[in-house]
Amino acid sequence: MTAALSDVPQLVLNGVMSGAILTVPAIGLTAIYAVLRFPNFAVASHATVGAFAGYLANVMLGWPLVPAALAAFLVAGVIGVVSDWVVLRPLRPAGLITVTIASVALMIALENLVRLGFGNALRDYDLPILRDWRFAGLRVGPQQLEDLAIAVVAVGVLFAVLHLTRVGKAMRAVADNPTLAAIKGIDAAKIALLVNFVAMGLAGLGGMLIGLDTSIDPLTGFRTLLAVFAAAVVGGLGSIPGAVMGALTVGIAEELSQLALPPDYRTVVGFLAILLVLTMRPRGLLGARSY
Amino acid sequence: MGNYLVAMSVTAGIYALMALGVNLTWGLAGMVNLGLAGFFAVGGYVTALLTKAGAAIPVGMVAGALVAALAGAVVALITARLRADYLAIVTLGFSESVRIVAANEIWLTNGSDGIAGIRGPWRATVSPTAYNLIFLAIVLSVLIVVLFVMHRLAAAPFGRVLRALRDDEDVAAVAGKTVLLFKVKAFAIGAGVLGLAGTLYVHDTSYIAPDIFAPLLTINIVLALVLGGVGNNAGAVVGAVGLVILLEGSRFAAPLLPFLSAAQIAAIRELLISGLLLVILRILPGGLVPERVAPE
Repeated sequence: MTAALSDVPQLVLNGVMSGAILTVPAIGLTAIYAVLRFPNFAVASHATVGAFAGYLANVMLGWPLVPAALAAFLVAGVIGVVSDWVVLRPLRPAGLITVTIASVALMIALENLVRLGFGNALRDYDLPILRDWRFAGLRVGPQQLEDLAIAVVAVGVLFAVLHLTRVGKAMRAVADNPTLAAIKGIDAAKIALLVNFVAMGLAGLGGMLIGLDTSIDPLTGFRTLLAVFAAAVVGGLGSIPGAVMGALTVGIAEELSQLALPPDYRTVVGFLAILLVLTMRPRGLLGARSY
Repeated sequence: MGNYLVAMSVTAGIYALMALGVNLTWGLAGMVNLGLAGFFAVGGYVTALLTKAGAAIPVGMVAGALVAALAGAVVALITARLRADYLAIVTLGFSESVRIVAANEIWLTNGSDGIAGIRGPWRATVSPTAYNLIFLAIVLSVLIVVLFVMHRLAAAPFGRVLRALRDDEDVAAVAGKTVLLFKVKAFAIGAGVLGLAGTLYVHDTSYIAPDIFAPLLTINIVLALVLGGVGNNAGAVVGAVGLVILLEGSRFAAPLLPFLSAAQIAAIRELLISGLLLVILRILPGGLVPERVAPE
């Protein structure tokens, strides 16, 4: 069933909401790319790990939403650091293709660890069911607004850290020019560790935010993989402000695609966005060195 | 047991074909293909639809390989000027998109139920045992032809240019090679071989559905290739045989763990495959049969 033209304002609103949530894992992906220069497909499984960590905190321990979201961030971040240190870091000298393929293998391995523990069943967070708010003919769920707020705060904190703190400046320096950063005495290995923690933490938080809207299962992260990559590529791989713009663009495009396509094709929209950008403007909307 | 071994040899032959296709693009040209399941699927669906519509099986198979090659050429054209990581993203996106289209265009592909009852060569006229043997002979003949062609391609000037591209694109361009054309050709041939493997697969099993093309298939083939040694055609075949022994061996091990659910056993198998790939990438970067680089 496709949507009607009169639904456009509602679709755009939905797109902004889902795009804002998509921003969180997309920043994770693009940040790793900026510093380590490879597309880390394991972002998908870290989103799943975060979604399940948040689920454990929320449903098993009974934590409210915000502490559970923090748990999702921390657990995914720690697993991100450990898995990178043990699995991907030793392979980096072998070259781009090897590390990229290893990240796919890591993605499948982590996803199956979650499956081993939790099975394939769909699981729901323990959240109060609230009536949608209506204004000016538009519908929005209070839960969606809370998810949006968490996403906005997370991204806001990240921007503040990157621009206002010493460590944030060091991260940007390494991304911008690793050689110059090394000359200035910045320890690139330490920065890589930190970026992995923050980026995979964001992937985990993003996985949970995506799961809050529906249900979660071991494939939660993988299903959003193309949208996350589309957001990062559309914005320009390696550019964090680009990831924000890319995520909003992809979020809105996915919703508007329902005017012409069945909802199952949302994922394909992300792929088409990637193709379009790579054909017309490979650097992406804001990226400067994604070639 | 004899039937079982024949069936497993067919599977190994199809995996070997896929590994050869990937070896040309990855091993020689240094182009990564994370969506090889998608090209395999394109070949399979094309021949399934054509032979269902009445076309002869060889016609369906050639058409399947050609359409897959065409898809590969388009993918390579879009990404050829970009860094290898974009190819990784686009190929993975391609295979996922193929899967989603196959699952949703029910009028064409019968959706996730898949297409059953696809014809096999002489299946209707001979006994199942004889059929398996005939099919094994077909797979092995195709494999030998492709192996020979790949061997010639690797030794030919074409193969040398691809290796030059892999090692340094700029140098190859300065030497007057049209980098874009070589990359597109290599990727199209590789995708065509993957499509051909897909056509063999559906005529063997008589069935095709979107589930078959999960990312794990890609990891399986990458594992076969890495096991055998990237860049080496004989290694691709050795790796495929090793992979099938491994996959089947883990199937026999499953009853030893009766306290696990089916989903958990599947999870352990996938963990083993992906974990093994990571271990081999780490300790055996050249594979079991490393590429011999001719002395300069």
